[in-house]
Amino acid sequence: METKDQYLSEISEIKSMMERSSRFISLSGLSGVFAGIYALFGAWLVFDRMYTTDGFFYNRAYSGVYNNDVLFMIGVAIGVLILALGTGIFFTTRKAKKHGLKIWDSTSKRLLINLLIPLATGGIICLILLDKHYYALVAPATLVFYGLSLVNASHHTYRDIRYLGLTQIVLGLVAFMYIGYGLLFWAIGFGVLHILYGTLMYFKYER
Amino acid sequence: MKNLIDKLDKAFENRVRLGIMSALMVNERLNFNTLKELLKVTDGNLASHLKALEQVEYVAMQKEFIGRKPNTNYNATGKGREAFKRHLAALEELIKGSNS
Repeated sequence: METKDQYLSEISEIKSMMERSSRFISLSGLSGVFAGIYALFGAWLVFDRMYTTDGFFYNRAYSGVYNNDVLFMIGVAIGVLILALGTGIFFTTRKAKKHGLKIWDSTSKRLLINLLIPLATGGIICLILLDKHYYALVAPATLVFYGLSLVNASHHTYRDIRYLGLTQIVLGLVAFMYIGYGLLFWAIGFGVLHILYGTLMYFKYER
Repeated sequence: MKNLIDKLDKAFENRVRLGIMSALMVNERLNFNTLKELLKVTDGNLASHLKALEQVEYVAMQKEFIGRKPNTNYNATGKGREAFKRHLAALEELIKGSNS
């Protein structure tokens, strides 16, 4: 019986070494939850300033686009991004420390590079869209490119990230069909989905 | 039972060697320092186990220079991959065997 336990522990050691050497497993679900909360708060700020609940779902409070509002939205988006990244790095570092792992190693480098290739491409496309005043296309485009980035990065971390990415892509494509409701889809994608998957991952890997 | 145990590869009896091989199975190649961090062993200890795996041709080494710093990369050879798979299969059989 003792030998059987010995073989089992050998197998689980092999498995753990394979995971640790090829995947970044310090990613904390809590970073997702907080990113989602910030995104919902950001969406509410934009909604409060620019929209009314009259009409079918909700409507712009006025027609036309004012440069001030575009700048306001970009400011809110950057604020949300910085807060989300900061909190994400905090929780992920904490989790890595708890498990005696490094936060900056070959797995996190690979994760970041593979995340950034589609993400930066999408970011540049969104800047071009903003520059050409195709404002309505920006929210769907961010969702699609964010989803593609997650799918690409998922090979180097938890599998759940792949499903989060696929959901974001589908949501982004639907958002392309319903131009004008970008803010709603943005809140679902960056807010609700992050909270959902973050909670799921937290209970799956950190409890 | 005795026959099954014979199927286990002697080269993987040691935990460090098993760890090296597991990591190299899922990574195209890894350098010395990454392996050291993963396995949490000393330079000398890791070097001697890598040498042993090289001698049975399970692992191959490439030396290169990044600037002036030597960077030694390791990868699993075809022979090593086959041996590792056989070792895993033998382990599984042993667990199944002692189950009944």
